[in-house]
Amino acid sequence: MELPVISNAAPETGGGCSSSGCGSAPDALAHLPDHIRAKVQDHPCYSEEAHHHFARMHVAVAPACNIQCHYCNRKYDCSNESRPGVVSELMTPEQAVKKTLAVAAAIPQMSVLGIAGPGDPLANPERTFETFRMLSEQAPDIKLCVSTNGLSLPDCVDELAKHNIDHVTITINCVDPEIGAQIYPWIFWNNRRIRGVEGARILIEQQQKGLGMLTSRGILVKVNSVMIPGVNDQHLKEVSKIVKAKGAFLHNVMPLIAEAEHGTYYGIMGQREPTPLELEALQDACAGDMSMMRHCRQCRADAVGLLGEDRGAEFTLDKIDEMEIDYATAMVERAKVHEQINAELEMKRQLRTAPRFQPELVTIEPAAPALRNVRIAVATKGGGVINEHFGHAHEFLVYEVGPTSARFLGHRKCTPYCMGDTSCGDGETVLGGIIRSLEGVEVLLASKIGFEPWSDLEKAGIQPNGEHAMEPIDDALRAVYDELAAAGKLDATAGSARAAA
Amino acid sequence: MSLVINDLCVGCYACEPVCPNKAISAPVDRGRPVFFINPDKCTECLGDHDLPQCAEICPIECAIEDEYGEPLNPPGSLTGIPLHLLDLNREGECRT
Repeated sequence: MELPVISNAAPETGGGCSSSGCGSAPDALAHLPDHIRAKVQDHPCYSEEAHHHFARMHVAVAPACNIQCHYCNRKYDCSNESRPGVVSELMTPEQAVKKTLAVAAAIPQMSVLGIAGPGDPLANPERTFETFRMLSEQAPDIKLCVSTNGLSLPDCVDELAKHNIDHVTITINCVDPEIGAQIYPWIFWNNRRIRGVEGARILIEQQQKGLGMLTSRGILVKVNSVMIPGVNDQHLKEVSKIVKAKGAFLHNVMPLIAEAEHGTYYGIMGQREPTPLELEALQDACAGDMSMMRHCRQCRADAVGLLGEDRGAEFTLDKIDEMEIDYATAMVERAKVHEQINAELEMKRQLRTAPRFQPELVTIEPAAPALRNVRIAVATKGGGVINEHFGHAHEFLVYEVGPTSARFLGHRKCTPYCMGDTSCGDGETVLGGIIRSLEGVEVLLASKIGFEPWSDLEKAGIQPNGEHAMEPIDDALRAVYDELAAAGKLDATAGSARAAA
Repeated sequence: MSLVINDLCVGCYACEPVCPNKAISAPVDRGRPVFFINPDKCTECLGDHDLPQCAEICPIECAIEDEYGEPLNPPGSLTGIPLHLLDLNREGECRT
């Protein structure tokens, strides 16, 4: 049975269907005009559906930056962390092209090459555009995209258009310079460092100007915002309205990452990160105005592979030198694989829109009590099926499932149970950390779950379930929900402690 | 009269293009660029800009020194992290 997935465009209320929520929306992009959807449907970072199937990579060719953000530490050489701004191997444009071609040959699902740092790509225009120029010649099938803080964006719009880059991401954390001054200590502008409110004002002006210039040329713009509790969390609702009015097509509200050991201002000053439920609530609040992106993995500036995985270690410059690659054959192979994936996705799309019998609408008696929604977490390696062991999962996808539909809420990162030490830090076990990250979740689906974590999860109010191994996520969510409903556990009035939390 | 880049430099290349005298070079040694200001070319931007450009854009505190070894961007001046917390944070240590 196919499970209709609620669009992320609007929060679901009271277990019913939101206007765009039922039946036909695979993800936040369903409402977009066809020409835009066609541009993003194979882009893993923009399409929630595509990200299970298509791969992307970032090349770290852009080390310089023209601003400082309080969540960033420019001493960025670290191979053991995964977050934006962190890379282990800086590359020249030539090396980047070589790496891209090697990855695209080894991973035929690869559809997108992005430049995201580790500094600001547009503060390194020569390196960035040289990479794009060579790639558009040598691998014309690979989509190119770039992300920027926006300060140099207005100066670069012509060049971006020339290289046929049709996706740009701007990080916009505020539209109010007073708030900006709490996020950006300084910018480099017109040959000097400008601090505080004045620097933030210039940055905001440039971001908004660049956004307008891009959208007026038909270049797709996604806006990233970092949610910083107590600094810009309430303000981001206004940001969402404004960027939508200026023509951005997708808003990605991401949680602040701030740990003291990262050496960032926020990390050292003890600025807290938002909880998963706070993030969900803000995304829902913004969703009334704007398409929200919920599957972002906040990847490194040199990430390789499907979202959520990083195969960068397989493609270091040393290893690439030893590879023998037939580029022409690789491109043909890639085209075949992309065609297959797109055909599969198109079939799914048509199935969703086709009129069909909906047994769940029939089996629920009109007089039956209203059923509440349930958060269900899923362990997956990709492909849209439940195919990851609990103990190996680096993250869980969290869905909110209702009587007739489900929507993707986001992912929760964690240390894998089988790879962590038995305890870390202040004596909190790895399992304890996983349970904490699953706040609000009532059921956990994985291909396999060991005996030991099983009982701890149960004690914490999370029902583990390994019965749906290798099943499509949609089908499994529906089956589990229906089972809970049949057992009378979902009467709206009888919410569990976890659901109420 | 010349500025000096010391080994706190993380090799981000931000300073290289903003130098009006093309005094900054970055020969690659064992995979890492080592940034160097040619003292014969460096004018500390006198005559070109009000402030030395490399020090204005550099994101790393204490990485650029004047001829007396004084950092142009002293501890805490770029990140805003208070000195007593910088001391606790090993990464933030300056050699000066």
